[in-house]
Formats: sequence, C-alpha cells, structure tokens
Amino acid sequence: MADYRDLFRHLGGELRVINLGLESFAETLEGLGVPVLHVQWTPPAEGDPGRARLLSLLEDEDGA
Amino acid sequence: MLVDCVPAREALGLAERTVLHSGPPLAWERACPPVQTAILCAIRYEGWAVDDAGAQRLVESGAVKLAPCHHSGAAGPMTGMVTASMPVFVLENRPRGNRAFATINEGLGKVLRFGANDESVVTRLRWLAAETGPLLGAALRAAGGLDLRALMAQALRMGDEMHQRNVAASSLFARALMPHLARTAPDTGAVARLAEFIGGNDQFFLNLAMAAAKASADPCLDVAGATMVATMARNGTDFGIRVAGLGPRWFTAPVNTPQGLYFPPYGAADANPDMGDSAIVETVGLGAFAMAAAPAVVGFVGAGGLRDALRITEEMGEITLGEHPHFRIPTLDDRGTPVGIDVRKVVETGITPLINTGIAGRKPGTGQIGAGVVRAPLACFEQALDALAHARGLA
Amino acid sequence: MITRTTLKRSFYQDSVALMGLARELRTGAGVRETAALMGTPANQALMADAGLLTEEARAAGPNDLVIVVQTDSAAEAEAALARAESLLTARRARVEASGRRLPRTLDSAVRRLEGANLALISLPGVFAAAEARKALRRGLHVMLFSDNVALEDEIALKRLAAERGLLLMGPDCGTAYLGGVPLGFANVVPRGRIGLVAASGTGLQQVMTLLAAAGEGVSQAVGVGGRDMSERVGAPMTLAALEALGADPATELIVVVGKPPAPAVRAKVEARLHALGKPAVVAMLGREVTAGRSGPLTTVATLEDAAAATVARRRGRAWEPRAFSDAAAARQRVKEFRAARGTGAAVVRGLFAGGTLAYEALLILEPLLGVDSVGGNLGGHGGGPHRVLDLGADEYTVGRAHPMLDAALRVEEIQRAAKEPDTAVLLLDVVLGHGAAVDPAGDIAPALEAARRHAQAHGRGLAVVASVVGTTADPQGLAAQTARLEAAGAWVLPSNAQAARAAACIAGEPRVAEALLDGGA
Repeated sequence: MADYRDLFRHLGGELRVINLGLESFAETLEGLGVPVLHVQWTPPAEGDPGRARLLSLLEDEDGA
Repeated sequence: MLVDCVPAREALGLAERTVLHSGPPLAWERACPPVQTAILCAIRYEGWAVDDAGAQRLVESGAVKLAPCHHSGAAGPMTGMVTASMPVFVLENRPRGNRAFATINEGLGKVLRFGANDESVVTRLRWLAAETGPLLGAALRAAGGLDLRALMAQALRMGDEMHQRNVAASSLFARALMPHLARTAPDTGAVARLAEFIGGNDQFFLNLAMAAAKASADPCLDVAGATMVATMARNGTDFGIRVAGLGPRWFTAPVNTPQGLYFPPYGAADANPDMGDSAIVETVGLGAFAMAAAPAVVGFVGAGGLRDALRITEEMGEITLGEHPHFRIPTLDDRGTPVGIDVRKVVETGITPLINTGIAGRKPGTGQIGAGVVRAPLACFEQALDALAHARGLA
Repeated sequence: MITRTTLKRSFYQDSVALMGLARELRTGAGVRETAALMGTPANQALMADAGLLTEEARAAGPNDLVIVVQTDSAAEAEAALARAESLLTARRARVEASGRRLPRTLDSAVRRLEGANLALISLPGVFAAAEARKALRRGLHVMLFSDNVALEDEIALKRLAAERGLLLMGPDCGTAYLGGVPLGFANVVPRGRIGLVAASGTGLQQVMTLLAAAGEGVSQAVGVGGRDMSERVGAPMTLAALEALGADPATELIVVVGKPPAPAVRAKVEARLHALGKPAVVAMLGREVTAGRSGPLTTVATLEDAAAATVARRRGRAWEPRAFSDAAAARQRVKEFRAARGTGAAVVRGLFAGGTLAYEALLILEPLLGVDSVGGNLGGHGGGPHRVLDLGADEYTVGRAHPMLDAALRVEEIQRAAKEPDTAVLLLDVVLGHGAAVDPAGDIAPALEAARRHAQAHGRGLAVVASVVGTTADPQGLAAQTARLEAAGAWVLPSNAQAARAAACIAGEPRVAEALLDGGA
C-alpha cells in the first residue's frame, strides 16, 4: 500500500470535483464555490452490455 | 512537403486499365449514378473506349478494374476519379518517408468529381494533363517543395478549415508558387491560364489538403495496438474507416446523406448520398473538427452561429485523443484542433465524427447542389471496436 | 381516460431529475398518472405494473427517455407532454447557459477541469465501478456514492486505489467531508480538530451534527463504505484514512464509526489506532459491543455516545453514558404518552430514512422490548410486533426516490402504520443537510398530524417520537425543522438513540421507563 500520510496535505489545498451522476450534488458544490464540473454522462455504448464490456477490457489493456 | 506533380501512372505505379475511386472497395453494380457516370467519363478520357456503352462493357467485364484511391496512396474528392494519365500532386511525409497523392482540383460546376460526363469535362482533363500538371511539377521541383503543414496552419488562422473552405489556403499556395512558376513556365500565356484557373477556384487547395492529411495519417496504420482512426472515406454507397493497428482493413456501413443548405433550385430530395475521400481532412483534426476556426462556413453548412461552431469543435473533442500541436484555433485561445479520433470513445459516447462536405446532385452531371454536414455511421466504429478486441484476444 | 407517450431517443437523464419531472407533471390539470423513466427492462416492468406500458414505451431502449401521461382528455394529455418538453428544454438551457457544452465523459472532464482531484460518482451501480476505475487511473480520489457495486469490484478498486495512495470512499458512501467541503449528503459543520472515518453515511451525519451542537468541529471525515471492514475487503480504506488522520496536524482526535468487524480486521484497525498516538473513540454498532477504555481508545455502543465521549475527551472531562440528556423532561412526556396510550397492545413502528439510524434504533429497542419482539427489514431475528423499517433499503427504493430526498414513501408508511390499531409509537428520523430534501419535516408533518387525529378519533393516543439529524447552519435549519415537527405533535429528542429509548419507554413494560428514567412513570 502506498503512503497515505501526506493525503490531507495534498487534498488540503483545494478540492476540485468531477461529478458523475446526480446533478444536485454538482449544484450543491457550485453553490458553495467549490470548482466542480458535471459530466453529461450516458451509458457507454448506448447501453449495449457486450460492447460496454469490450470497452472496459480495452481500457484495462492500455493501463491508461 | 509538396514536392512534385507528375502523371499518376508514374507516381502511383498504377496497373494499366485501372480506375481509382473514392471510399472503400466498391463493385460497379453497387455504385451510385454519379460515380458510375464519372467512371465512364474517365475511361473515355483515357481513350480506352470511345463511348459510354463501350466503357461500361469494359468495367462490367473486368477489363477495366476499379480500386480505392487509398489502396494506391491517393485520396480523391467526391467521386475521386484517378486514372493513369491524370497528373497528381506528390506529398512526402519527410520524417516517415511515406508519400500520398491527389489529382489537381478541376474547379467548380460540371466536373468529373461530381459525375459530370460531357466533352467539356474531358477537354479540361486533357488540358490539366498536357499543360497544368507539367507546369506545376516544374515549379514545385524548382521550389524544392512547399511546406503544406505550415501553410495549412496559417490558413486555419485565416478562417479556412480545409474542407468546405480553402480560399485562404488556395491563395497562400498561389502566392508561394508564383515566383517559381514565373521562372520555370515556358511562356506567360501558360502562367496566365494557370493563374486564372487557380484564382477562379476557391476549392483548389482541397485536394492538396487531402493528400497532406493522408500523408500524415497513413503511418498510423502500422502502429500495432492503437485505437485511433487513420482513414475515413466514402464512395456514395459505403462509408469506410481504417484503424491504426488494424492495418489496411476496412470497416464499412451504408453512408448517410448530407444535410445542409442548397443552391436554388435544388433541395434535400436532390442530394446524393455522401461520397469522397475528403473525410481524411477531419481524420487529422481539420474540416468540421476545426469548425470553430471557420465561422464563415458555419452558416453555409447549415449549422447556426459561432456558438454552434464552437460546440461542434468541443463535441469532437469528446471523441479525440488530444489537441493538434500545429493546427490551432485563434477563437479558442489558440487551443489545438481536436485530433486523433479514438474508436473506443466513439462507441462509448455514441458521438460520431462530423464531416463538412459538399453535396452532390443525385443525377449525374448536376454538379454540386449545396454544402452541409454529415455524420460517419456508428456501425463502422462498432465493427472496428469488435475487431480491436478480437486482435487483442479479448473478445 | 387517455394515455399518451413521448419517446426521446438517446436522451439520458438521471433518476432523480426524472422523478422530479414526473412529480411536476402530476400536478398538471387532468393528469391522473405519469411516468418519466429511461426505457430499461426494469422500468418497463414498473410501467406495466402501473398500467402505463404503451406500445411506444415497450419499443424504447435503455438509452431512451419515455414519458407517459394518463389524463382525462386528449387536450390535457397534449398539454402535459408539451409541459414535459419545456421542462426538459429548460433544464438543458440552464446547464448550457455558460455557452459551453458539459463534457460527456470523465476523460474530457479531466482535460477541462485543471487540477481535478476528486470524482464524485453516483451513477447506477452497474456502471459505477468502471467509471471509478477510470477515475483512479487518472489519479483522482473517488467518492463512490453508488450502491449495488459488486464485492469483487470493490476489492479490485480498493487495491488499485491503495497502490496509488488514493481514496476510494464507498461503495454506498453517502457522506464525506474533505478539506472543509461537504460531499454528498452532508451537514454544515464547523471546521475543527476531529477526524472521522465512517462505514456509514447517516451514522457519520449523526456523530458530526452532535459534535457541532457541542461546539466541536471536523477536520476531515472519510466514508469508507459499509463493507470496507469486512473480512473479504480487509479494511484497506479504513486503514488508509487512519494513517492519513494520524499524520494530519489539524486532527487531534479520531472517531471511527462502523459495525463490529471480523476479529482479524478489528485487530488490524485497533493496532493502527494504537500506533497513531492520538486519542480515538470507536463506535461499533452491534449486539455484543463492550464499551470501555483501553489506552488511547474509547469504545462506545451508540452514535450519541461517540459524540459525547469525544467531547469529553477534548475537554479532559470524565464521561458516562446516560439515557436522556434531560431526564426530567423525558420523565414528564413519557408519563403523558403512557397515559394516553391506552391499555391494549402498544407497538413501536420505526420508519427510517437512514439505514444506520434504523439499525441503531433496533439495537436499542431489542433489549428493552425483547429481542424476539422487534422485527422489520434489518435482518434481525425478531418477528414483531414492533417493527423498525429502513425505508431506504433496496426493496423500497426500486423505481422510487430515496426517503432522504422524497417523503412520498414515508408518508405512505406513516398512513399505513396509523391505520394499525395497535400502533402506539411512530419512531422517525429526519435528516437535514446538503442534498437532503428542502423541508423534510414539512413534508411529513401533515401525515403525522393526520395520523394522530386518526388515532384520537378511535379513542387512542399515538405518540410520534423523532430526532432531527442536523445543525443550525444547515440549509433547512435545525430549529425550524424541530419546531415544525413539534407543531405536528411530535416529541423531538436530541439524538436518534434517545428517541429510540423514548419509544421503548412509551410502548414497553413499565419497568423499561423505570430503569431508564430513575423511577419512571
């Protein structure tokens, strides 16, 4: 396991959030002045489970 | 680098009696009327048949072969006709050593690339081969080649996107070539005719942009394991893509029909399905992908306003791997154009590449009836994704 | 009756937005019923059950938005659908007011938001793990609010996070507080010296709000998800968070909230706590918890005690758990309620929005009312008659908004419980804070009043006992929410634990009240 001792020093600066899912969470953060970007997310491969699985396998392969 | 202009037979090593066309492989029976008509005209131009009926017999019997431009290192706009005696520009990708080729753009109106098939077309083609090609070749050789990437980067900053709008690029090209032309041309008459030809054709640079794009994209086909689109091309029937890492294999699906604005008296019902190798321009981050750099084009292609142009460039950013290091958009704080279409992102988001395109008339010989946008079909990318997974042993 | 459908292809909207839309449409003239759902098979089954599965709805795909309206007339149907259209457009217009499109993927969002360091993921469970993996790969911490994430995925994600020194908070992590920023469902609390690690969202909320009431603030609060301390997962995020809090100069005392872990895991966690050299309070909600003190560690059995013990430690005071903060007032109210109760069977019906709050209530009620006599959906062994229900559990929330967001389900259950002649006590939690409903107390107050009137009309008393998990700084306002409940006749106690005890005092044998109130009713 990596060293977590500096975790809050790094995070202590400024939280900058990417929100996927309920838009209300992003709205709350915006209201608090927290930098947040809401993603207009849709199911991968338009919901096709076979292709979605391939996409995730191809992503894994890359280690990117 | 644009280094020369020579007959296709020489540059492409074309087998005799071959007609190259745009897009993925296409059988005669499946070709749309403008493509068929263009093929017949090209055969007559080469003198392999004296009339259309004879030309058709040659194709149907296989005596004249059809093949994609891309298979011979070329890219052709619209019907994309290339035959042995047509002069082609030669582009060299210096660092990689590969070359790409494109014919000289014939001009606007009744031309071979829109499936026109009368004597004026043949006459013009003969003039291009006899006078224009050699003139350009001599000037380019004397110039030691022209750096087209720098020229295109500059044109992008002048409102061109290199697909629908090439007027700045065409002008920069003419300016760059002029001294060399003046020194190498046999007489001023020839120079004048060429100058008038280029000056009267705002789309002159399109073929050069396509060849340049192809020259930079082709080396990707050898990069194993990559998921980037290296070719997008249409032949009026099928839309085909080729993907880095999967080599020369085509993934095809039926083309869509472009939507946009039409010159009177034409309308949507007159439109031919999508055709041309010019989507290679979008493949390298220009054309529709650089729409934000060409607000003047936005209305012409039917979209609405600068905000929409920006939105389109941003949308293409969702499916690309990065930003182009050389092609930058002033209206976006000099950010690079979105480049490197990732097959995975297309399938993941369902966002398909948008292509700026001219719209040809369905009836052969009508010529261009308008301009607009068209989307690449999702099915091509889905097939490519399946193949990528299979190639990695994942499926 | 007319039924009309609108189908919007490839038009994904999140479930909360759609429920809001459906609720809006229902208020339209002549509208009897509506559905606004993505065309997944599960939703199509729901529509079929509601008699709303039209031909078009059946043909929809999982990525298509289906809006069905059932009205008295065709004109009203058209109006309703038109209204749906404009509501959807208004939504899109609002999000794009800046002129820029919102990013469509995590990838393009990361490119756009420079320095992004946290992904807050509340997508449907089946998609959430893949997005969490992407986020971790890009070096982001993750708060995984989504539930229904497979255990195997959780283990793999946490392994990946641990390799990179990142937090993966969750799955099913509803609350966190990092760098002073409340995340998910979180209350407005002052910044301070107490760091928390919690396996439960509402559990964390209860402790933080009680600390805030006592004037103590929070340095950081990390949610680890309900399964982190299980044997299979092995507490990686708990241990990571503890390490981080141990080294955080702003944290002077650590609180851990969860359920009793497997012995091997417990040993690891306690060893880590001992090694950190900071005082710690550990609240493990379970049946066999032994409270006590061992070196720097204080173990307690309730969320309220966690806060109390923490405050005491901070102030260098001794501390003892006690049943009620105001025993005298409690004694008086219990006496009144018992008198009004009548002599027949007296059943407690707990209707909870917070799962951990429900569980804490169950743990308190069992020994007081009899272990076998408290049933519900929390996996206890009791068969009733008393019932404690976690209304946020899966079986209640399929196709419905979570009770933290929408009171409709709770109102139904209140009405149902009120009709049962043996119901003597309704026991409730009301949770405030960011993300929660705008007026949770106001949403249930009418139903509570109606329930009490109904009982009165049938000659019996109905006691409504509640706690409000919130702070004065919360958007809803602790005082205002408390007042609203009291105006509806509820007895509002300072904590969930006290509310559970109060319920037991009212409904249980006399000896219960005697034991808890020193002499009792």
